[in-house]
Amino acid sequence: MSTTNHGEYYIPEPSKWPIVGTIALTTTVIGAVNTIHAGGEINLLLPVGLLLIAYLLFGWFGAVVDESMAGKYNEQVDRSFRIGMLWFIFSEVMFFAAFFGVLFYVRVFIMDWLAGGSNNAMTHELLWPGFEAVWPLLTNPDNAAVAGPDKAMGPTGLPAINTAILLLSSVTVTIAHHALRQDHRKPLIIWLAATVALGMIFLFFQVEEYVYAYRELGLTLDSGIYGSTFFMLTGFHGMHVTIGTTMLLVMLVRAIKGHFTSDNHFAFEAVAWYWHFVDVVWLGLFIFVYWL
Amino acid sequence: MSAVIEETHEHHDHKPTGIGRWLFSTNHKDIGTMYLWFSFIMFFVGGSMALVIRAELFQPGLQLIEPEFFNQMTTLHGLIMVFGVIMPAFVGLANWMVPMMIGAPDMALPRMNNWSFWLLPGAFGLLIASLVMSLMGMGSAPNFGWTFYAPLSTTYGPSSTDFFIFSVHLMGISSIMGAINIIATIMNMRAPGMTYMKMPIFVWTWFITAYLLIAVMPVLAGVVTMMLMDRHFGTSFFNAAGGGDPVLFQHVFWFFGHPEVYIMILPSFGIISQIVPTFARKKIFGYSSMVYATASIAFLSFIVWAHHMFTTGMPVAGELFFMYATMLIAIPTGVKVFNWVSTMWKGSMTFETPMLFAIAFIFLFTIGGFTGLMLCIAPADFQYHDTYFVVAHFHYVLVTGAAFGIMAGVYYWIPKWTGNMYDEKLGKLHFWLTAISSNVLFFPMHFVGLAGMPRRIPDYSLQFAEFNAMATVGAFVFGFSQLIFLYNVLKTQRGGVKATSKVWEGAEGLEWTLPSPAPFHSFTTPPTVK
Repeated sequence: MSTTNHGEYYIPEPSKWPIVGTIALTTTVIGAVNTIHAGGEINLLLPVGLLLIAYLLFGWFGAVVDESMAGKYNEQVDRSFRIGMLWFIFSEVMFFAAFFGVLFYVRVFIMDWLAGGSNNAMTHELLWPGFEAVWPLLTNPDNAAVAGPDKAMGPTGLPAINTAILLLSSVTVTIAHHALRQDHRKPLIIWLAATVALGMIFLFFQVEEYVYAYRELGLTLDSGIYGSTFFMLTGFHGMHVTIGTTMLLVMLVRAIKGHFTSDNHFAFEAVAWYWHFVDVVWLGLFIFVYWL
Repeated sequence: MSAVIEETHEHHDHKPTGIGRWLFSTNHKDIGTMYLWFSFIMFFVGGSMALVIRAELFQPGLQLIEPEFFNQMTTLHGLIMVFGVIMPAFVGLANWMVPMMIGAPDMALPRMNNWSFWLLPGAFGLLIASLVMSLMGMGSAPNFGWTFYAPLSTTYGPSSTDFFIFSVHLMGISSIMGAINIIATIMNMRAPGMTYMKMPIFVWTWFITAYLLIAVMPVLAGVVTMMLMDRHFGTSFFNAAGGGDPVLFQHVFWFFGHPEVYIMILPSFGIISQIVPTFARKKIFGYSSMVYATASIAFLSFIVWAHHMFTTGMPVAGELFFMYATMLIAIPTGVKVFNWVSTMWKGSMTFETPMLFAIAFIFLFTIGGFTGLMLCIAPADFQYHDTYFVVAHFHYVLVTGAAFGIMAGVYYWIPKWTGNMYDEKLGKLHFWLTAISSNVLFFPMHFVGLAGMPRRIPDYSLQFAEFNAMATVGAFVFGFSQLIFLYNVLKTQRGGVKATSKVWEGAEGLEWTLPSPAPFHSFTTPPTVK
């Protein structure tokens, strides 16, 4: 590192990580498209790209952790990170909003209109006169072309248990945060580990639920709009839980290594915010996808 | 704008050298320069496609290209101009100017800034590769229009559609990171004393634009993801047989698409709001009303999307709501135009190139705004929809609006960037050729559109021949005039009359307190703003 003086500001030195990130993402997406076009036969570029992404995450976050531990960041940098994370989570909210919007549009408008609601009497008559608007949709408008599921996924059982697990994990991560603020290392590690464990249990049950949906309910990704919205919403949520659990795990490792102080632990807070966000999305899912 | 009472900047201008300076950059000026050059190159790429389209439309009948290729040209022209030219140019200008205007040394998150830029060549590489493949006879490039409506892009999309989908994902990541960076910079890096209501209007407009970006780019990512799932994984989002709806695609797309339109004009409003006071030698008229008007436009942009879909079909109550909500936008926009004109009123005006572009912007953008008002009237839109009238409308707001704003901004700030004055004679020549030819190009489109000529069709009825020939002549003059712009920029970069720090007699604001060219790191100690 050179000794460039930027007064009271912190400006990072030139870095290779952005360009590595670009190569990683571009390689991954080319690999993904080639894999899809080859009918699922894995294209070499896909694993190469994913490995590059892993390298990127280790390298870039590693560099930032090192800089942070070296005390290079001042309060202003800390605030920039906070603002960045906050609005990143907002953009994630909007991503889920798109899928929730689709769900509501389908349930409120499409069902009604396909069944002849509003001014669509003739649409109903001429397209699929036998169509009935019931949600969850088990008989698709053209059930011969797109076969509907046998049964719907109810809110009781696994989804209810998973709701409890996620809510509990939000509590444990908060207890861990309080412990960190009082510099109590041991409870921090215990409660953080509990949060990671709860995240993993959630994911395990989610997989169980998917297996159940496919095997017992005939509810699949290609069983019409009910399956489409069900799996895309819960699937993207599950992906975010996976990311969140991974980040919590990194925080756990760092906590064990003795990183963080009672008044300087932005990374931990950012992950906690993210975890609460994932939790809130789940509540939306539980209410509108499983329950109502 | 507030006066600067303290002026302190040290110079340690040891720039990194070689290709690494650009690949590994953490410098807002270098990244801004890359954004601007990327945009300029894509301007010529997308422009060539427009010339292919206009050449084919010079005469009725099919002369030069096949209809299939014509569809690819209209699609890629639109995508490249929207995502590859206008948006990167604005981000480039924000990179250069926002830190200097608010008294910061750089952007808040410099490494992420570089990543935002470098994702773009990756994204457009994918998109343009599909065109190269198409030219080599291997499949078709995206051919469903820049709006990629389902089922054209799902059931009937060529296999390059998947590259297009991921290309959009990369652009989206780039835009979201760029927007977050701008928000963090503006919220966190302002010099002491620079309160929100003292920020230059350009900073304000970009601040609001950044919020639009982080609100709607994820929705775009969502809609292309649903396309991908429908194409390959059996979902039924846009398939009525499975309980979905192709119209749903249009709703989600335009929920992104309408705010996107304002993403492409608000920063230009900001540029014009910087230039007009400088050359009228007066403070901007109604500063706070400018800010509130911009925020109002941004808010309204979220509740008007279905005015793009009046002929698609929706309940009458919906048509009425979207019609009236759209009309409301005319109010804050009118406030802005009124304020620009009032700023010029009784000012001691001079007409250097940036001012000429700014005045042309005010006049021609207003025409585009008025045709927008015509289009928002639902019963009238049934007649105009998908005709050349729509093409005329959005080219008035995007070319003589957004692009003129960018050109004005480049002429206005290039002395600060390079330390040299541009060639005023060439600038004026470029302006007059551009201003006249763009009207020869786009104005006749109103007439053929009102008479019923549909857009996106390579052939047309004989009665449209004269106006189309005229438009094509205008297009080629417009296209080649931009070479003068390119030459002028290159010439200014190499040398010319040295610019002072203030550059323009009437210029006010922190960026003009820095020497020209601006030092590598803008403000290493924060200036104090009164």
